[in-house]
Amino acid sequence: MPLTENEFRPKIVAFCCNWCSYAGADLAGSSRLSYPADVKIIKVPCSCRVNPMFILRAFEKGADGVILCGCHPGDCHYSTGNYYARRRMTLLFSMLDYLGIEKGRTRVEWVSAAEGVKFSQTMNEFVEKIKSLGENVRLGDLRCKN
Amino acid sequence: MQRIGVFVCHCGSNIAATVDVKKVVETVLSEPGVCHAEDYPYMCSEAGQMKILEAVKEKKLTGIVVCSCSPRMHEATFRKAAERAGLNPYMVEIANIREHCSWIHKDMEEATKKAVILARAAIAKVNLNTPLQAGESRVTKRALVIGGGIAGIQTALDIADAGYEVDIVEKTPSIGGRMSQLDKTFPTLDCSACILTPKMVEAAAHEKINIYTYSEVDKVTGFVGDFTVDIRKKARSVDSAKCTGCGVCQEKCPSKKSLNEFNRGLNTRSAIYTPFAQAIPNVPVIDRDACIKFKTGKCGVCEKVCQAGAIDYNQKDEIITEKYGAIVVATGFDTIKLDNYDEYAYNQSKDVITSLELERIMNAAGPTKGHLERLSDGKAPKEMVFIQCVGSRCSDNRGKSYCSKICCMYTAKHAMLIRDKYPDVNVTVFYIDVRTPGKNFDEFYRRAVEEYGVNYVKGQVGKVAPLPNGKLLVQGSDLLDNKQILKEADMVVLATAIEPEASVRQIATMLTASIDTNNFLTEAHPKLRPVESPTAGVFLSGVCQGPKDIPETVAQAGAAAVKAIGLLAKDKLTTNPCTAKPDELLCNGCSQCANVCPYGAITYEEKEVNDHGIRETRRVAQVNGALCQGCGACTVTCPSGAMDLQGFSNRQIIAEVDAICR
Repeated sequence: MPLTENEFRPKIVAFCCNWCSYAGADLAGSSRLSYPADVKIIKVPCSCRVNPMFILRAFEKGADGVILCGCHPGDCHYSTGNYYARRRMTLLFSMLDYLGIEKGRTRVEWVSAAEGVKFSQTMNEFVEKIKSLGENVRLGDLRCKN
Repeated sequence: MQRIGVFVCHCGSNIAATVDVKKVVETVLSEPGVCHAEDYPYMCSEAGQMKILEAVKEKKLTGIVVCSCSPRMHEATFRKAAERAGLNPYMVEIANIREHCSWIHKDMEEATKKAVILARAAIAKVNLNTPLQAGESRVTKRALVIGGGIAGIQTALDIADAGYEVDIVEKTPSIGGRMSQLDKTFPTLDCSACILTPKMVEAAAHEKINIYTYSEVDKVTGFVGDFTVDIRKKARSVDSAKCTGCGVCQEKCPSKKSLNEFNRGLNTRSAIYTPFAQAIPNVPVIDRDACIKFKTGKCGVCEKVCQAGAIDYNQKDEIITEKYGAIVVATGFDTIKLDNYDEYAYNQSKDVITSLELERIMNAAGPTKGHLERLSDGKAPKEMVFIQCVGSRCSDNRGKSYCSKICCMYTAKHAMLIRDKYPDVNVTVFYIDVRTPGKNFDEFYRRAVEEYGVNYVKGQVGKVAPLPNGKLLVQGSDLLDNKQILKEADMVVLATAIEPEASVRQIATMLTASIDTNNFLTEAHPKLRPVESPTAGVFLSGVCQGPKDIPETVAQAGAAAVKAIGLLAKDKLTTNPCTAKPDELLCNGCSQCANVCPYGAITYEEKEVNDHGIRETRRVAQVNGALCQGCGACTVTCPSGAMDLQGFSNRQIIAEVDAICR
């Protein structure tokens, strides 16, 4: 999609675990399954490495949406990491919702290394959702928004 | 501040066609710490790597960012290049601008903008990188093969021939697997047992191979080079050391009504049984659900007739704990259940059978002693219909989306064998496509059509209906002649889709090996690392990885063995240095990190610390670098922020977040 002026282009941070979701994103790439360029991926060893602080920081710095992708429950490379991530994110997302960052701006999705299609679909959906929610102004540090 | 060099790869046109690499170079030069940036058509080539070496020397670089393909492809290459240039290999970061950018975006302006942001994040991270030293771990020189079919047997033989100890764990009472159930094999029509049983005997007799049959893997811990596995040896109720394999117990056993799994339930077996005559080991097991002694306490016939005194009703499951350096999964396949395919009347008529059932019927040791006959009335069929792709290449959710790969060939084999042995039987095959890519495969299929007069009809079957006269009405279409076909058949054979053996899910979970939506195990790379799981030290052999025939299975089994041997041949492995590290001054010794560590890598120590001039003894966390696998669970749990992960530190990830959101 070419850039057009005044169109809202969200800033989206995707944390992907090294073993499943990052590889799933690679598969989406090698299969040429497109999703919007608004999504930028940060590789972490496991979804349990994602500190809620990172997500707060992203919103503080002007992110419009944050998605965390990990291995399917039961398939974590480290056995139990994604369960910790799931619990932490459930709490964090509830708190963020309370603070005014809508639930739709945060998401946890399980994507395996073989699910390139799912990765691309998830990102397309997520970007659409964020676009429908519009710019995140509630918690953003306004100094970062210029 | 680091002195960072940024190297942007064109990857031929893979990146350069969508990302303006020159613009990326220009833009990143203004990033903090960057003192060199250049682009090159193939960064991974020797010439590309020389560019890195020269730049490190000339510009005295301390950190490197390569904007290229996924780190899963070439991170190791560039780390080695950095090492050659005299840098610590962990001072390299990769910005994935191919898989995550150029390949999925079409608009150049947009893709270039994203590539710059990804590069910026990598630069921000490398600014905070610190040199890391990889540790070493030892390798247990013993391999575990899960599954004792042809794949597992071949892998075990190849590893054992290289001089390493191998254990095979097989869940059924005998090794042999699916291949032992086959009658003949395509495209040479070899007798399956004749080529398999010598291999079974060889494996059993091999001094380096130890076989656990009627056993399952219970638990797996550890990691590459040092797995610890609990193997559950299920109670056989027969003492293997005493049993002579005479078979009298099976003859005399009064409970003979259990379905014979080996014959796909087409006939029955005794409660004490060996699955087939050539079983290895030739030691029966008692099926405790069927045994009268176990059900009522009365009977004990087998104990009375056993002259060796081998029957032991009190035997219990035994757990054997063993250490392995490498694990090969060779769990194989089963055919799918046909409950979703009522239209083929499989559950209504005994004369509608699967191809694997036909395989048993054609076999001299099978339920009909090898005579082709209808299971309903024992009559010889005159008209046979084969239906291809039952549950394979399925576009809805009833079956499997993939091609089972072996059905076209075994159906041609069945058709040919039947026409050869019973020339008066008419054989019709309904197919979507006939797929024969393999050595001598198409020639084989053509022989079935041209020499044996098998009637191939391109089209699918909509319904099979049992008729009052005992025959089956097959309603199909002939797409080439564009007409409907109604055919009365005596027997219908369904080329049923194959799927991974059900237990593979559990095994994959224990091994933390990834699995796809069809339950096939995923390869580390679909083309370049087809026999390795992404989980280090776990290798894939046979159909557990994807549908394949016997020659392919044997070839893959050998390949998996070579990969395992390559691992076992090493004395030491370098470990991942990206491990957790506590800040002893911040740690308050609360134990929360130890509670979430899946590897037991965290312990506590009373240690003297110097907190801004105050010396005192505190209880602080210690990480065992050899055990820590670097997941990072502890870093988030730590309430005081004392625990951090090297290579993925809080500051590094936050720097990436900041760079992306800037």
